[in-house]
Amino acid sequence: MSPEGVAAGPMVPAQFTVAAKRRHTADTWTLELEPPPGERSQFVPGQFTMLSAFGAGEVPISISGDPADEGRLVHTVRAVGAATRAICAAREGQVLQVRGPFGRPWPVQEVAGADVLILAGGIGLPPLRPAILALLSDRARYGRLRLLYGSRSPEQLLYPEEIEQWSAHGLEVELTVDSAGPEWLGHVGVVPRLVHRAELDAQATVAMLCGPEVMMRFAVAALLERGIDAGRVYVSMERNMQCGIGHCGHCQLGPTLVCRDGPVYSWSALERWLAIREL
Amino acid sequence: MQTLDELIARSPVFAGLAAAQLELISACAVNEHFAAGSYLFHEGEPADRFYLIREGAIALEVNVPGHGSHVLETLGEGEVVGWSWLFEPYRWQFDGRAVSSTRVIGFDGACLRGKCDSDHELGYALMRRFAASMLARLQATRLQLLDVYGDVHVA
Repeated sequence: MSPEGVAAGPMVPAQFTVAAKRRHTADTWTLELEPPPGERSQFVPGQFTMLSAFGAGEVPISISGDPADEGRLVHTVRAVGAATRAICAAREGQVLQVRGPFGRPWPVQEVAGADVLILAGGIGLPPLRPAILALLSDRARYGRLRLLYGSRSPEQLLYPEEIEQWSAHGLEVELTVDSAGPEWLGHVGVVPRLVHRAELDAQATVAMLCGPEVMMRFAVAALLERGIDAGRVYVSMERNMQCGIGHCGHCQLGPTLVCRDGPVYSWSALERWLAIREL
Repeated sequence: MQTLDELIARSPVFAGLAAAQLELISACAVNEHFAAGSYLFHEGEPADRFYLIREGAIALEVNVPGHGSHVLETLGEGEVVGWSWLFEPYRWQFDGRAVSSTRVIGFDGACLRGKCDSDHELGYALMRRFAASMLARLQATRLQLLDVYGDVHVA
């Protein structure tokens, strides 16, 4: 599956079949989609597809599957609007339309040798999951691997069992929530607080972030305060992506188009534009 | 093994203080241990101490009638727990519970307040440090109040 590989062009969706579906929280599901016969689900961590259920509109959704698995295309989707509700409501056997994958990836290969600090907030973990799986699949190539993951409550943390497996395979994990009862043994507080507390080697660290933009902004501020260079901080942006191939201009952010030049950017490439509120 | 004086001098909150000031502070300090689940203090009790966490974590909780305890924030290694010793009426505003087995340095707040009253240089230096800690936690609380995970997608 690649934009070039679809004979009809990147604007024509391919028909994927819902092969499996798993509920994580009240509004968040993971869907495994079977590609059309003869197609494979090739992508690199950080890329997204334009996904739609018939008649309900098309939305950009980051791929959350394992990049080493070229079988099914995996998406974790939160149902919060008409399009995402229709996707989450799709039953096994139902056909969904997929365009892509699109966009620039996380620099997983480029950061070999570095300590990698992954910061995720809420539904920001699924876009980072392929990067985590890629890093862990080649664990010896990297220094310390850490995940700081924040959510609204313990019940809304995604992939809890898998996070335990990641931890067993060399990912140091710290979880934090905005609100919890006394039975919760993790942190309560926001992700930037974990950054302030983290023991890190600023020169050796590369950070990858995905989550609500305001969370990323404050988390990046904390990273920069800790001495990490803005060029070593990568964020995944969300804008109004529509065509996915840099033609329509809906996702323009300063001189860039998020669907084509992102969604993953280095902070040094982006901070100037994010400082302009009208963008 | 580090002495109490060394631990205090190397902690983020007291780093940079003069040796004589650190000596005054250390004179009000003792090592303490709290088992997982035990409470360091409860809301409304006299706040005559504060704590520097060496190892473990402390949850600040509030009891909501009919709903039990609710954790507002957890504090970890290197962080200070307790500001109420600084301000009248010197009573804890929340409950403090050890989330795990927790080692702290406990400070006699009344003792230190007296030293700050008689040595304003020390008082100013400490107040600056506590104000920085309060600012960081106030900013984090504001972010927490935004409920940023409530509405991520717009499609």
